Amino acid sequence: MLATLIIVFREAMEAGLIVGIVLAATKGVPGRGRWISLGIAGGTLGACLVAIFARGLSRLFEGSGQELFNAAVLLLAVGMLIWHNVWMASHGREMSRQLRAMGAEVKLGARSLTALAVVVGIAVLREGSEVVLFLYGVATQGGSTAFGMLGGGFLGLLAGAAVSALLYFGLLAIPMKRLFAVTGALITMVAAGLAVQAVAFLQQGGFFNFLDTPLWDTSALLPDDSVPGRVLKTLLGYTDRPDGLQLAAWAAVILLMIGLTRLVHWHQAREQRPVTAPGRNPDATGTRI
Amino acid sequence: MRGALAALIGVAAASAFAAEPPPTAAAATPPGPLTLVIQNHRFSPAEITIPANKAVAILVINKDPLAEEFDSSALKIEKVIAGNDSGTIRLRPLAPGRYPFAGEYHSDTAKGVVIAQ
Repeated sequence: MLATLIIVFREAMEAGLIVGIVLAATKGVPGRGRWISLGIAGGTLGACLVAIFARGLSRLFEGSGQELFNAAVLLLAVGMLIWHNVWMASHGREMSRQLRAMGAEVKLGARSLTALAVVVGIAVLREGSEVVLFLYGVATQGGSTAFGMLGGGFLGLLAGAAVSALLYFGLLAIPMKRLFAVTGALITMVAAGLAVQAVAFLQQGGFFNFLDTPLWDTSALLPDDSVPGRVLKTLLGYTDRPDGLQLAAWAAVILLMIGLTRLVHWHQAREQRPVTAPGRNPDATGTRI
Repeated sequence: MRGALAALIGVAAASAFAAEPPPTAAAATPPGPLTLVIQNHRFSPAEITIPANKAVAILVINKDPLAEEFDSSALKIEKVIAGNDSGTIRLRPLAPGRYPFAGEYHSDTAKGVVIAQ
């Protein structure tokens, strides 16, 4: 029972960390509970579908269907996280101000909620498909031990949810005016980490075979399949044997996030500057994007 | 700006799905009769010796009715093989050494090592 608990917990925790960050990043946005629950439900359903179609999926693309699918959903999640941070760059200050002023719900639209719901769904689908396959195997094995093992699996899920709650409430301890900056930074790192994992799958599937030699090996220090290793893997993109392509993807996502947010802020600042060319009336300030 | 970003992400996602493996991918999977069998939650052979610095493919045959996940940080491989199914694992060129692997769902019994020399 302990063995199943640990196996399920490891996967659930990785998804749970992402859910915790998304919850903190959407603090105050109306309807976010509903959207995130929808993401979790969709991800669970998706995980069951992936488990059911695992056989067929693997056959595709000369036996690399599983790797391509994993990489594709991970890269989709990266895209959604980039979208969210760009959206927050436009609206985050306004949201934060409203949240502090009104203390409760924020009147701004929740466009980026859909993107984050997709991210939550993907995180649950990725880790969940392994949990579903594993627990299905346990359940069909039958016998008296199956019941105990399923119980262990359930406890593992609960423990994963507990990690999510811990991270969420921990983040809420951050003062409101800093919260979105912190969650934005965390989202950048999580996106970089997902890109690292996506690249690993693409290399595993034989789609890229350059820059695939590990540059260093810190597995003696912190193996990436240990619990602290997995936490750092999800939150920072840590891997104990990174290769050149993974490092490049990690850096590229971080630079892209920083670059895009700078671009948005620069654009906003330009739009708000009054135009004072001679012979023309100055433009009204405070134009909204 | 938002529309352009959405379009960019859409195209990237679509091309991720539509991309065919480049010709080098097929070339990187040399014909290899290496097989690894999973049975009763054990790998056989438990030790596989391969030439170092050469990309090698291993066919993993899961004779158990339940899925197993071939998991190895050293080999950087994480692949689920469904029950009564098989899957191909492509190993990158490996420096000489020992590379342990395990079945994640039954890691106490499903253990093995790839030796590159």
